[in-house]
Amino acid sequence: MRSLQDTTEEILELAAVHFKVPRARLQPGDDFFKKLGINSLQALDLLTRLEQHFQIELPDYELQGVSDFRTLAERIQSRL
Amino acid sequence: MKNFRGKALSWDVVDGAIEVTLDRAPCNEIGLTTLPELEKLVAALDTLAKELHALIITSARKEGFCAGADLRELYEFKQKLPPGELRSGLRDFLERIHTVMNALDAAPLTTIAAVHGVVFGGGFELALTCDLIIADKMARFCFPELRLGLIPGFGGIPRLRRDVGNGVVRDLLLTGRSINTTKAQSAGLVSQLAGEGDAMRVARATAAQIRKFDRATAIAAKRFIKPIPYDELRREIEIFCDLFERPAVEAGLQKFVESADALPYLP
Repeated sequence: MRSLQDTTEEILELAAVHFKVPRARLQPGDDFFKKLGINSLQALDLLTRLEQHFQIELPDYELQGVSDFRTLAERIQSRL
Repeated sequence: MKNFRGKALSWDVVDGAIEVTLDRAPCNEIGLTTLPELEKLVAALDTLAKELHALIITSARKEGFCAGADLRELYEFKQKLPPGELRSGLRDFLERIHTVMNALDAAPLTTIAAVHGVVFGGGFELALTCDLIIADKMARFCFPELRLGLIPGFGGIPRLRRDVGNGVVRDLLLTGRSINTTKAQSAGLVSQLAGEGDAMRVARATAAQIRKFDRATAIAAKRFIKPIPYDELRREIEIFCDLFERPAVEAGLQKFVESADALPYLP
């Protein structure tokens, strides 16, 4: 069973690789829209990759108002 | 007409199949630019079908297959037309779209939607007219219309109901959520999954397989197994027109139009 910390770390790693941002620049409290420089369409792409990685379904409405990696990790953790 | 180059789409004949490519920024929104070109395609279908066996619809836009109806145009339309003319103007547009979608649905060819990225609203409805949906694994399907105070208006719900269980229809329609390809395939919507960037290659391989079959038999099989739900499609137009006149729709469309984001109703 993954811990919340594990989940957060995996999200940061995946986001860094996919959006080509150095992993060291990403922190759990960061606003991923700003830090990754993405719009809602690209956030949807991130959601699809996270669903595939964690083998879960996460409805996009659960991410409305969510912009930091830590809260994103909490939403994912609740589906694991 | 074996080749066509328009402002919103183009088509070519490749190995006995018509390949239709949507290509209008930002993400192939369907409105009064795309509709006449789809009408040209539909008008050419019967002639093309005499020599060809398949039709593939795909997109050249990296964002996805199609983000749906052109909501900015729809908002302007609602702003411009006086209330007395709004319903009849909207109905004319919907009748034209339904004529195109019904013709594609019934086309005497085996039709394939090769989709990737965003397959939303009217784009999802266009894909649903096809006999097969082949999806890039990063595709997402969604009916976001309830988020705008509407229902899908291009025939999506009757076609979705024809193809999958009512529970899936309710899930997509009533939550407005988007689903990934794993979910879409398990629901029976997607016939084959392709790796990233490979949907068109898989669609061409499928079209090559289809080419081996006797055309008359393939057409008879399609007509037997794929009824077109005309009554429900008519009802959909009426419900859409009723809902469109409500203030909630104007507010939803205005919010959409005023946002600078690509898909304002999404996170």
